[in-house]
Amino acid sequence: MPKAESKAGPLVSVHLMERMRKAALALVLPVALVWLWQLSGTNGAIAGGALPTPDRVWAAWKTWAFGTSTFGLNPYIGTWTQSLWFSAGRVVYGFAIAIAVGVPIGMIIGWSKLASAMVDPTIQWLRPVPITAWLPISIAIFGIRDFGAVFLITIGAFYPIVINTTQGTRDVDKNWIRAALMMGAGQRDVLIRVVLPAALPSIFTGLRIGLGIAWTAVIVSEMVAVKSGLGYVLWDAYYVGRMDIVIADMVSIGLMGFMSDFLIVSIEVWALRWRRLQSFDA
Amino acid sequence: MISFSKVSKVYGGAGGVRALDQVDFTVADGEFVALLGPSGCGKSTLLNLVAGFEKLTEGEMLFDGQTVSRPGPDRGVVFQEASLLPWLTVWDNVVFGPKVQGLLRNEYEPRAHEILKIVGLEAFQKALPVQLSGGMRQRVGIARALVMQPKALLMDEPFGALDAQTRLSMQQLLLEVWQRLKTTVLFVTHDIDEAILLADRVCVMTARPGRITKEIPIDLRRPRSIDDLTNSEFTHFKARIMTEMRGAHDPH
Repeated sequence: MPKAESKAGPLVSVHLMERMRKAALALVLPVALVWLWQLSGTNGAIAGGALPTPDRVWAAWKTWAFGTSTFGLNPYIGTWTQSLWFSAGRVVYGFAIAIAVGVPIGMIIGWSKLASAMVDPTIQWLRPVPITAWLPISIAIFGIRDFGAVFLITIGAFYPIVINTTQGTRDVDKNWIRAALMMGAGQRDVLIRVVLPAALPSIFTGLRIGLGIAWTAVIVSEMVAVKSGLGYVLWDAYYVGRMDIVIADMVSIGLMGFMSDFLIVSIEVWALRWRRLQSFDA
Repeated sequence: MISFSKVSKVYGGAGGVRALDQVDFTVADGEFVALLGPSGCGKSTLLNLVAGFEKLTEGEMLFDGQTVSRPGPDRGVVFQEASLLPWLTVWDNVVFGPKVQGLLRNEYEPRAHEILKIVGLEAFQKALPVQLSGGMRQRVGIARALVMQPKALLMDEPFGALDAQTRLSMQQLLLEVWQRLKTTVLFVTHDIDEAILLADRVCVMTARPGRITKEIPIDLRRPRSIDDLTNSEFTHFKARIMTEMRGAHDPH
């Protein structure tokens, strides 16, 4: 035991240093790219003014995020947080519906051969239709309104969630189900207490892919069918020639996607901690 | 308790593999019966029929006077690889059965504690299956079957995946548990020593088609322990069964 104790201290800091090293390595490429981008421009512009340099984008973002409007109705002063929340709110909303619909349907398709034969082909036929092709229908039904974006996000995130849940359900160890039945579990208990936790690793894979698509869907629909959010700002800024805002907007989208993925992965690590533990005798 | 009359099991429809062929076989109340045979002889199939995991093709099989249509807590199954639910702790695995059956907490909790004590895992209640060794995992597998107070225990090569030393200690444990509880046990194995040591009767099976070719009562005195593995009576049984199995393998 004393041997293990003396090891514990250094081990923790080695672990921390390893993480910091990784973070530093991850930053090398973006920093280099931004630096090259800055160098390739003169007086804050590249290609005769077609694109701004990073310092201009940074300045535009600061005004967009923290500026206070003194006159007129400039949409790029102090509205960043608001736009962010509009988009993020829609993603959360649409993604939640996609989970609520996709996970149960995926489990039923994976569990029942009858359901699989009846539902799966339809899903596979609809799946190749890109979310952009749903835009006209979305606008026709919901108009230029919030729910149009939510609808598109739900559709986009639904497919990877349902497919991965189906696969996860089909791959559940047969003996786990037999064991549960042997212990007196009914179909409902088997599905909720055995199949769902057993399929969770696959479900999380579907959630991660679905969330990525959800961000694509929110930006696309805001560009066309909704008058707020990061996607709307992106297109609007392009129309009025504010490429600095366009780029700041793109970076914001990337950041949001990255952070929401990190959140999902954190939840996954927590929910699946039973898979990562080390054996006592290992 | 368990009776097979002219039971056959065919996989893959007509002309398929005959895993069991016209099997007649009984297990009496409180009896410990070992099914001994090479892999692929249908011994696991026979156990799965009793468990209700599979359906027979021909014949009749009764458990406690009833035909079996589905798995249930009156037949506790111990799987080869324990097959614990890996996201549940030892405790939650053991009380899974009583919980889904809707039993009252104060009814099953004392029993679960007692059984964990019998199998020597009371200190590991909060551990997850991945944190346990193979032998410990199989102790949990036995505990979760026993906690349901089944009429019979169906064990499918439960110690087959363990190393020799762990296997011996698990056999000793099972002897002690069985001598205490006297549950009916149907025990599938390919290990001759294990079959003789544990069982009241050894049924030797052969493959293609799956049949029980010989039933040998083991009248070694009880209580037994792993020390019996080396006595002369034991060796006598072993020699007999080996001859029997050789004959079954090589009929020419």
